[in-house]
Amino acid sequence: MNVHDTLFWFFSIAMLLCGVFVIANRNPVASAMALVLMFLFMAGLFVLLEAFFIAAIQVLVYAGAVMVLFLFVIMLLDIKASERRRFAFLGVFGGIVVAGAFVWEMRIILSQPVIPLQSGNTDLSAGLENVVKPLFQHYMLPFEVTALLLLVAMVGVVLLSKKDLK
Amino acid sequence: MTSEITLNHYLWVSGLLFALGIAGVVIRRNALVIFMALEMNLNAANLALIAFSKYNKIVDGQVLVFFIIAIAAAEVAVGLAIIVALFKRKQTVSVNELNSMRL
Repeated sequence: MNVHDTLFWFFSIAMLLCGVFVIANRNPVASAMALVLMFLFMAGLFVLLEAFFIAAIQVLVYAGAVMVLFLFVIMLLDIKASERRRFAFLGVFGGIVVAGAFVWEMRIILSQPVIPLQSGNTDLSAGLENVVKPLFQHYMLPFEVTALLLLVAMVGVVLLSKKDLK
Repeated sequence: MTSEITLNHYLWVSGLLFALGIAGVVIRRNALVIFMALEMNLNAANLALIAFSKYNKIVDGQVLVFFIIAIAAAEVAVGLAIIVALFKRKQTVSVNELNSMRL
């Protein structure tokens, strides 16, 4: 087993454990902390897959901005009241059934190895240029629309946060 | 020094993470934690896309993930603002008590 494989097993098992912590923790702050760790391990997997730019974005946007937002909101709300609430039996049962059905389906689909088409010839590890160039050529319009959507989201958040919604 | 890790391994990890996210959305009653589980779902999809991108030697998967991350950031901002507005109105974030469309 070489370094790549060892790192793969470490990152994926640690990531799945953090995922379990996120949904099993009673306290939302602990959930958020486990989620930060999960994002970091995910960034490690992205590095293993030679997606260095996406790994950096993952750490900056998810582990940085999004989680700070989450923690701010958790601090803003009074979470003590919702902290000690027992899980509903039906909810736990339903969740396990849905997730189990999904995993069962995955097992059927992935019983044969998925053969990649290898249709492209991009050298992903060459640097940022190969990854970012399509963003400004082929994907120019979606890029601009995303910028507009971020503006709309910002305006919407300002409107939602006003004192009274009328 | 050939790697034993194939595309299937990455798809398995991605699928298991997605299953965890679904279970979290169904089991938990706290709107904030449900939101976190949704983020896990998005990340599972991102992992699958990046893995396909690597093993097909094609860059479009990474571009798609870039867009997904941008949209997810906007979605989180709007969703958390809605949760805060709901909390101001109802004094709770438990989805069991947020069961009417009326404010």
